[in-house]
Amino acid sequence: MPLPWALRGLRDGVVTTDWPRRDDAYQAEFPAVVQVDHSAGTRPQRVRLLETGLDHLCPSGALLATDDDIRLDRGRCIGCGRCVDAAPDVFSWAHSASTAELTRGRLVVPRLVEDEETLARIRAQLAARVGRLGRSVHIRHVDAGSDGSEEWEVQALLNPVYDVHRLGIFFTASPKHADILLVTGVGTPGMSAPLLRTREAMPEPVVVIAAGTDAISGGLFASGYSTRDGVGSFLEIDVWVPGSPPSPFSLLHGILLALGRIPAQTKGRR
Amino acid sequence: MTMITTGRRTDVGQWRSVVADALADGARLAGLYATQASPGPDVVAILVGPDSAETIGCRSEIGADGAAHVPSLVPVAPAAFWYERAVHDLSGVVADGHPRLDPLLLPLPAGAPRPLPGGEQASTGWEHPEPAGPVDVTGQVFSLSWGPVRSGVSESIEFLLETPGEDIPHLNIRPHFKHRGIAKQFEGRDVADGVLVAERVEGIATVAHALAYSHAIELLGGVEVPQGARLLRVVHAELERIANHLDVTMKLADAAGLSVATARFGAHKEAVLRRVSRRTGSRFARGLVLPGGVRPGPELPDHTMLAALDRLHASIRSDIAGLESSPSFLDRLRTTGVLSAGRAARFAALGPIGRASGVDDDARRARPTDGYADLPPVEPPHFDAGDALARARVRWHEIDTSVGLIREAVAQLAGASGPWAVRVPQTHGTGIGWAEGPHGEVLYVVHAKANRIRRCFARSPALHNLVLLHDVIRTDIFTDLPFIEASFGLSYAGVAM
Ligand code: SF4
Repeated sequence: MPLPWALRGLRDGVVTTDWPRRDDAYQAEFPAVVQVDHSAGTRPQRVRLLETGLDHLCPSGALLATDDDIRLDRGRCIGCGRCVDAAPDVFSWAHSASTAELTRGRLVVPRLVEDEETLARIRAQLAARVGRLGRSVHIRHVDAGSDGSEEWEVQALLNPVYDVHRLGIFFTASPKHADILLVTGVGTPGMSAPLLRTREAMPEPVVVIAAGTDAISGGLFASGYSTRDGVGSFLEIDVWVPGSPPSPFSLLHGILLALGRIPAQTKGRR
Repeated sequence: MTMITTGRRTDVGQWRSVVADALADGARLAGLYATQASPGPDVVAILVGPDSAETIGCRSEIGADGAAHVPSLVPVAPAAFWYERAVHDLSGVVADGHPRLDPLLLPLPAGAPRPLPGGEQASTGWEHPEPAGPVDVTGQVFSLSWGPVRSGVSESIEFLLETPGEDIPHLNIRPHFKHRGIAKQFEGRDVADGVLVAERVEGIATVAHALAYSHAIELLGGVEVPQGARLLRVVHAELERIANHLDVTMKLADAAGLSVATARFGAHKEAVLRRVSRRTGSRFARGLVLPGGVRPGPELPDHTMLAALDRLHASIRSDIAGLESSPSFLDRLRTTGVLSAGRAARFAALGPIGRASGVDDDARRARPTDGYADLPPVEPPHFDAGDALARARVRWHEIDTSVGLIREAVAQLAGASGPWAVRVPQTHGTGIGWAEGPHGEVLYVVHAKANRIRRCFARSPALHNLVLLHDVIRTDIFTDLPFIEASFGLSYAGVAM
């Protein structure tokens, strides 16, 4: 006779992460985004890349050559790894799922001279808005044209490994009870009206998260007849979470960043 | 050996009877698409038999109304019902005799310009108007609607229930909200880049789509994939199947309100996705499969991985036994959402949905690709009651057979050392490829010219199967829909395209 459900509980080794209070190895090692090594000086691979052009290297148009430098737009990158395979001196995986940003511009790396003042102002404005939220926050998710994998990763936040309820984070069906709008997908014309209706039904203050490279820019599908270069063309976005799809830890990082709840030491090492 | 014929053509006047002959010979209609030509688009039927795959195309005729026409295949193959609606949306071809040629993927007004896959027109610079409200409700009364924004964390789709005073309500399925224009997204890309699009047609079956696409390209290039790559492809295709079946089981448990079971199957699924990401860098194995093989230098699964998989499998089996002895759970699934064997057969239903209604055409057994040809044949399931419970049991059986296949493949992989991929020479012509994905056969037809994709038709099992929801929704939709939807297990990205 199999064990009844009530007695099964979560025996045999399911461990709920303690992140961000404590480190989590899977979080720390996850190859979530690509970085450009800008200390490489005139390394041959880099010179060659700048000479031959970057267009045929990246299928997603995420690489840009500027002023003899190479920059990578994580908001366009689909993480296919081709640049890392082709020029490992220049590109490498950044190991950490702490990848969300408060501005679209900060997804382009290496970053230009940081405008710390602007960032501080944006952070303060967001903090003033979310300060009015209680300890528990409610998320309404809307799929605006995903490939389906994003929904798996959002749902994973509810499994006992991530268990976001421990952090006072809940999902809600009703936009009237939601504080955070979490949007996945490229932003199809067909979803624009339903998405805006959901946004309008939410009581202020509202934090909007663009979850995934598709939502940020359309990713590989930017500039099609049925895509809108991301959901930023419909909505004001507060937090940008790259990834194709973003992992559950990156999504959680984005949610906590929105709420100003990222402990200082886990702000990400990049 | 599977007999593959692409490029067979007939006159539009003969087309339907030629297709009907192929059906009478034991093939099934596995897909239908149009590609731009002059004066009207070519319309191509894909027919798959137990050991054959062929395309039969015809040039559509321009009618007096200025529109392109072909005879509808619905009278000979009911599965043409959705495909012809999709072909009308994308290419403007009217299927004469179609019972209800409403928009499916793209709600455009009559006469509006269309995306015209296979045409020269670029994917950009083409506007489609915002759909104004419900597109196909003229003269109907709807009493209930779900979506497109659903109540949980879910993909967007709308279900409308028509109740013009009938006993059996008609369900209207409207996937167009998340139409991404996938067909045009393939076009113009290098064949090596097409696999990245394929991985995103239906992201929860990344490996199956990458494989089906790559098989089409490999057929065109006439290349043989190296042995190690063939086996590694099997390992990841089967891990993907296990993850999907755990996802379905988790959603069924959730629908039944079994919170401990929901949590446990969620944790099992997470364990599988982590196993995949530790080996491929991606929780969905993106970037692993490429035309000609797999990404070089893969991390090989070994006995440690097998030992961990065995422990996980034991735990999954124990929890499935728990579900099998939860009468309240079984009662909710039993006799819910019954798909009759006759309907499933006429429709050539795919994957676990077909199997649970006695239609089993598993490509891994019938038309093996990659390492499947060298591994013991997959043992078919023996559940055919056609209800949500049978569909769940088919998936649970498949978890067991998948673990068995992985074990065999890993044993044969021991010590494998590449090469992991071969170069695909210049590709030109029409290729066809398939893979048995977690939710059924994934099928691709690729037209390439000098290594560029001219047209790519991606046929997900969801596009073929979802229309069967019409047949299984009976009374009591409020309580049954969550169970039926979960037991179908389909991704709507692969339908809306
Ligand atoms: S990982 Fe792929 S998508 Fe991202 S920048 Fe490199 S080549 Fe482009």
